[in-house]
Amino acid sequence: MNPRSRRGTTKPKGAITLHARHLRARLKGWGGVGAMAAACALAVVFALAVTCTGSVASQAADPHRAGDRTTQAHTADAPRAADDCEAPEKQTLSPSRADGPTITAIKNRPGEKRKLIVGVDQNSYRWGYRDPNSGESGRLEGFDIDLVHRIAEDILGDPDAVQFKAIPTDQRIPAIQDGRVDLVVRTMTINCSRLKDVAFSAPYFKTGQQVLAPKSSPITGYDETLANRKVCTAKGSTAYAKLEEDRGSGDLPASTDISTTVPNQLDCLVRLQLGEVDAVVNDGALAASQAAQDPTVELKGEAFTTEYYGVAMKKDADDLVRRVNQILVDFRQDTATGWQASYTKWLSATMDDDPSASRPPAAPEYLRRS
Amino acid sequence: MTHTPNTGAPPTLPAIPPQQPSPTALGSTTPAPASPPAPPAPPTPRRTAFAEGVDQLRHAATTEPGRLRIIGAVLAALVVAFGAVTAWQMTDRAAAADAVLTSSQPLTSDAADIYRSLADANTAASSGFLAGGQESAATRDRYERDIATAAAKLVNAAANAAPDSPSTETITELNRLLPEYKGLVERARTYNRQGYPVGGAYLRYANEKMQQEMLPAAQDLYTKENERLRADYADATPYPWIAIALGLATLAALAWMQRRTYLRTNRVLNHGLVTATTATTIVLLWLTAGHTLARSHLDDSYDHGVRSLAVLHDARIASLKARGNENLTLVARGAETVKAGDKTLDAYDHDFTRDIDTLAKGLAHAQRLADDDTGEKPVTAAVGNMTEWKKRHAAAREQDENGNYQQALDMVIGAKGATGECFDAVDKNLATALKHEEAEFATAAGDGRDALTGLPTGAAVLAVLGATGAVLGIGRRLSEYR
Repeated sequence: MNPRSRRGTTKPKGAITLHARHLRARLKGWGGVGAMAAACALAVVFALAVTCTGSVASQAADPHRAGDRTTQAHTADAPRAADDCEAPEKQTLSPSRADGPTITAIKNRPGEKRKLIVGVDQNSYRWGYRDPNSGESGRLEGFDIDLVHRIAEDILGDPDAVQFKAIPTDQRIPAIQDGRVDLVVRTMTINCSRLKDVAFSAPYFKTGQQVLAPKSSPITGYDETLANRKVCTAKGSTAYAKLEEDRGSGDLPASTDISTTVPNQLDCLVRLQLGEVDAVVNDGALAASQAAQDPTVELKGEAFTTEYYGVAMKKDADDLVRRVNQILVDFRQDTATGWQASYTKWLSATMDDDPSASRPPAAPEYLRRS
Repeated sequence: MTHTPNTGAPPTLPAIPPQQPSPTALGSTTPAPASPPAPPAPPTPRRTAFAEGVDQLRHAATTEPGRLRIIGAVLAALVVAFGAVTAWQMTDRAAAADAVLTSSQPLTSDAADIYRSLADANTAASSGFLAGGQESAATRDRYERDIATAAAKLVNAAANAAPDSPSTETITELNRLLPEYKGLVERARTYNRQGYPVGGAYLRYANEKMQQEMLPAAQDLYTKENERLRADYADATPYPWIAIALGLATLAALAWMQRRTYLRTNRVLNHGLVTATTATTIVLLWLTAGHTLARSHLDDSYDHGVRSLAVLHDARIASLKARGNENLTLVARGAETVKAGDKTLDAYDHDFTRDIDTLAKGLAHAQRLADDDTGEKPVTAAVGNMTEWKKRHAAAREQDENGNYQQALDMVIGAKGATGECFDAVDKNLATALKHEEAEFATAAGDGRDALTGLPTGAAVLAVLGATGAVLGIGRRLSEYR
């Protein structure tokens, strides 16, 4: 007999150990495979679960997919900007030439600093921009800039006593509130929500939102042809607020993608030309200045809002508001170098020859009392 | 699971027939198997080759010629092993040293150049826009040269990066972005020529692409190449301990054998063994001296080359960033602000201050690292340029703060007395310093690599010679027994 079998017979415990070991070895082999199979199965189940819940979650978060035309119900809880104010363009103070604390402070600025600090745009063609071919590299010009020079001349006696600050669309209100600028003349629409933060002058220009798209585009205007299209707006613009509101209320197809916002309206033209968006929504005045830079795009449809541009100032700068309103009265009446002359010089080429659609009210109302 | 010796699973021991349970199972080299109690004497169990070999050796070791044969074989094996290990370890180190000199350092420099060219091209483009009118021929040339440099260096980097490596991915990304960026700048130029502000919008978009996608990618590439350079250094400089230990062991064995021969035969010299000892000693000395020399040169090339280069590259990039932000301060015209404490500052000017501080620190560091006049002179000059730059910048800012934009513009990008002159001077001086340090690096690293030249081959040849000597020397003694 060999030693192993003897051990096997005389020591049953050994045999059991042996069998157990065998079994364990086998189990080990299969155990590994089994564990791997279980892990795989678990992973697959988990992945499926994640994708399913993920898509459910994103569907819930994404109103486009949740149901295209069922959003009418949202009308009730859509944000209403014009809740407690009507005719925002009339909420301003009556004109006056009297100097107050704000104007005195500006006039008392020492030496080189005796300038009006104005927030403008340097990218709005024919409104406030730098003409690369003007020969003077730092010079800003345009309709807004003309008005700035006029205000500076009136207050400080020198049309060039201005320090221009270029500010992005969404920085206009903070710049005024922080006192970084005295006033903002930057194609800024007077509306109710902004009236809570800043004071506006009387309107100096009339315009309305319009759609800009390539001439070849099937988009016909602010309507259902915008469904499934990407629309670009400037961050913090009235255009974006309007699109958001209308998409909520169902006036704009829910599938319209309005997620592309840029610091400056002109950046929208870049995105449009690069094919990253299908259309731009902007004030007609600015949309026209974009179309003037690219003959392959055009305004689509009529303006779907009415808006007025105003000069924005600090909320408590009453003397300045009155003074600017007085300057605007003169600006409108002056046919030689005033509103009409600036329109002809800067805007008649890009907009209508006839300025009547853009002319602000000849006799603005001044409803603000305090 | 650790493999325990087979205690009783026959199938796992195919070498041993199952009907013959192996005694090795109980203790491998015990020669005497436990005698079974059963009456029929089982055949002597077959033994392992190893056990038989050990027995043979034991048997051989009982006679002097046998012992000599064993000793001869061991000595020859030791010498050959020493040569082989030396050749292997030094081939690795020589290859790494060569990689430092000819591939990883140049590629690191290339990556820094890619970053610099891209940033410089972007600054040139934005300066062109700042100039308002049409860009000057000089600005345009600078831009084109930078783009060409970046493209060429990218091709080079791609050729030297291993496929599927993370560097390759970054290079591919940069190769995709570069034409995209260039396209945006070209559109900006076209519109600028037509007098449309949308040209400026394109330039802003291009700048955004550069700042947010391309420069981080280039930075990433630089970091990766730097890691590779460090890894090559780490491969080239450690002492070849295994080879040295083996060499010492071989020498000890040879000495012991010669002493043994002397004690037994009273003969002082055995030619073969002396040859083996000499060859081993030469290899060991060559190995130690060559490697020590190479290591010292390589360390030198790292301390005085690579570190200086890195500091200078960083300083140059900081000066570029400062220039870019100085320009953007005027391009943006107050559009971006940051809050610092209770003060609102222009974001770009804030960044400029940070960049110029980095530059100042970098230059001070570079001055400390510079180890000779030629290296220090351009750095000192750059410090002077930077001081002047800060002075002029402050004056330009004052003009801008006072609303004199045109004057501020002239003081930044004007022809004479502008900050642009200072930036160009800083850049030029740093380029000179970089060139000098690169030459220093190449000399030191080249010396390091050359110190290892021929060592692997030499070690192999000498080891064969030494082993032959040992065998012949022992053979000479053996022949005396025939």
